[in-house]
Amino acid sequence: MHDRSRNRITQDRYPDYDVLAKRNGPSWNDKTREVIARRLSIDSQPLFFAAEEFETLTAIAARIVPQPASRPQIPVAALIDRKLHEGVSDGYRLAGMPREREAWRRGLHALDAEARLAFSERFAGLSGAQQDELLHRAEAGRLNAPEWGSMRCSDFFKRRLLHDIVLAYYSHPVAWNEIGWGGPASPRGYVRLDYNERDPWEAAEARPGHESEAARTNRHVR
Amino acid sequence: MYDDALHMPRARQGQAPDVFRPGGWVPMREYRNDEPVDFVIVGTGAGGGTLACKLAEYGFSVVAFDAGPYFRPLEDFASDEAEQTKLYWTDDRIVDGANPLQLGSNNSGKAVGGSTVHFAMVSLRFRPEWFKSRTVLGYGADWPLDWREMWDYYTEVEQALKISGPVTYPWGPPRPRYPYRAHPLNAAARALAKGCEALGIDWTETPLATISAPRGLAHPCVYRGFCVTGCSTNAKQSALVTWIPRALAAGAEIRDLAMVGRIEVDDNGLVSGVHYHRDDGWHFQRARNVVVAGYAIETPRLLLNSATDRYRDGLANSSGLVGKNLMTQSNQAVWGVMDDEVRSYKGPPSLAITEHWNYADKGKDFFGGYAYMSQGPLPQLWANTQASAHGLWGGPLVEEMKNYNHVVGLKIVGEMLPQETSRVTLADEVDQYGLRIPRVTYSWCDNDKRLIDHSLKFMSRALQAAGAKDLWIQEDDTCHLNGTARMGDDAGTSVVNADCRSWDIPNLWICDGSVFPTVGGVNPSLTIQAIACRTADRIRAMARRGELNRSARRSSAPISATTDATASTA
Repeated sequence: MHDRSRNRITQDRYPDYDVLAKRNGPSWNDKTREVIARRLSIDSQPLFFAAEEFETLTAIAARIVPQPASRPQIPVAALIDRKLHEGVSDGYRLAGMPREREAWRRGLHALDAEARLAFSERFAGLSGAQQDELLHRAEAGRLNAPEWGSMRCSDFFKRRLLHDIVLAYYSHPVAWNEIGWGGPASPRGYVRLDYNERDPWEAAEARPGHESEAARTNRHVR
Repeated sequence: MYDDALHMPRARQGQAPDVFRPGGWVPMREYRNDEPVDFVIVGTGAGGGTLACKLAEYGFSVVAFDAGPYFRPLEDFASDEAEQTKLYWTDDRIVDGANPLQLGSNNSGKAVGGSTVHFAMVSLRFRPEWFKSRTVLGYGADWPLDWREMWDYYTEVEQALKISGPVTYPWGPPRPRYPYRAHPLNAAARALAKGCEALGIDWTETPLATISAPRGLAHPCVYRGFCVTGCSTNAKQSALVTWIPRALAAGAEIRDLAMVGRIEVDDNGLVSGVHYHRDDGWHFQRARNVVVAGYAIETPRLLLNSATDRYRDGLANSSGLVGKNLMTQSNQAVWGVMDDEVRSYKGPPSLAITEHWNYADKGKDFFGGYAYMSQGPLPQLWANTQASAHGLWGGPLVEEMKNYNHVVGLKIVGEMLPQETSRVTLADEVDQYGLRIPRVTYSWCDNDKRLIDHSLKFMSRALQAAGAKDLWIQEDDTCHLNGTARMGDDAGTSVVNADCRSWDIPNLWICDGSVFPTVGGVNPSLTIQAIACRTADRIRAMARRGELNRSARRSSAPISATTDATASTA
């Protein structure tokens, strides 16, 4: 794993940047407005998962993409639930892996079974450290409860759990703000392409000691 | 009005969407199912879309089927990775082997225009020697094509797509000037250039199928960076906005949301039409010739799913090679971060390229070659790369993602060698149409691994020289799909001849990336389109000599229902 010592651990690299401030401007076409509005309207009630499954998924998502409590939460579990409800598929799966819906159901039940075996508690009831331990063991292929069936726990972890959770999180405007991405860009696009060049409708990065300057700039992004 | 491209066919009742005008339509000729058309083409991407255009312009009657929707890019395409997964072929497929492939978003399109609707637009010519790689370079298989002839067809395609490229191209024999000027470099491309210059090799602006100046009703590229999720401004010169409108104007019919499930063979052993699913039911379109252009998975799948008592192993398969020699291309990367802001999401993702290791033969411990290009992943793709290839999750993932605007990367398109063990077969499970789904088996050979190792070492040096830090390697990624119905000079060792005509059934043709005997180290779309242009010329020439059914041509006789229904003989 790579050395991140050079990285500043900051909560807010792009203070006060809000990609949604551009939604009525020339960087968003009508189709994008419609699609993002629908995504933002998703509530936290599951349509595909049963309540217990949804609870387990919510707990897993909190370990894979932890969110600061200080800002609006991305409804990761609900985003995955909607995708499964609508039947959206990757279009391929490893031999031995069931299709998306079945893989998720089976994987969540298996992780709950593993939690009971190891800690006599459902996954959602474990401490963060215990949850991480089970997830690390899934990642390494070291879980063997019969609930997994023909599906290897490492395949479920990498190809379903991690994949779907990460895609859900970074499909949300709040995550786009966090990483300072320009967001939707049709039809306006971009003009300044070179190093350290920023179009006025892009996020300004906070240099150490100049956070309020960046925040002021970002409040004018449209 | 109910207008959902994903569920309701748009090309019907004598009209098809005008992709250049919101809400607009263009007239479209239509053919009855019982009317035997000269050519049914299955697939409308780089192979099928191009061929439909050329054959219609030569006066043949053409119906081109696509299983996917007929999109209106100006209205249907959002600036959004998740929404735009609607462009991909996501029907069920099983992958296995030592190195299972990633399909879907990685390489498989399901739309009128095929994968060109979401391709990265990189438009490169093969190195001439690759057409004779067995004889000249000592590996792979020879093509039955002459590079000098292909050079002219490359020129035709570059003109048809108004490729934007450099004034002089550093590698290979001379080629004509690109029709449109090169695009400016973004910071990610400058990093590639700096690395090449530090290591003493050439680089150039990538020849791209996105316009750098106006063309008709299409505006120049605005550098929004969503190229591989669909261009919403029509700057991208996909088949959907180039060959297909020309095909319609020349009298071809496009049938969208029409999945061809089986090719019918008559008592004489010739193909007589296709069974296709549209509007919740199965139909049969009669045809004098059928061209399969479904790309390297769906093409062999259809041929295998069309097996009959006479052709028990599938159509065009007396060689036993249908489905075999599947080749992807290696797509490994080296990533790092810069102190500078890069913001590689701006502009087409691969604005700069080096083909040095495609053309240099010294200093290699492997056969074949690779190009490498600058990169511009959007957030979902980048996060998934950090998770699946870099192994990050939890706090480390979320923190690392905050470096997004400083990320820089180099990625190869590398040649992988043909192997019969890498192949497409049929699984026992069926899809939503009741058709057996494909099983895609893939394993790298030792040569593939040596090429990858060489590229990763070289790109690591280049990226370091460009000033990037914290380098890491993405080891497992592949891209385009080719092979599975290779062309050749010998019926025993190939599926089709140089004209893309099957050896076994003279009125069955295959025209897409499936026919590649080798893949080279460049993106395949320009070569697929060049082969389609050549195939159209060959079909016209054969028709003129009476080797096809001359009287079936519109130019010489009106289309009549059954009198000319007997198929051609070779």
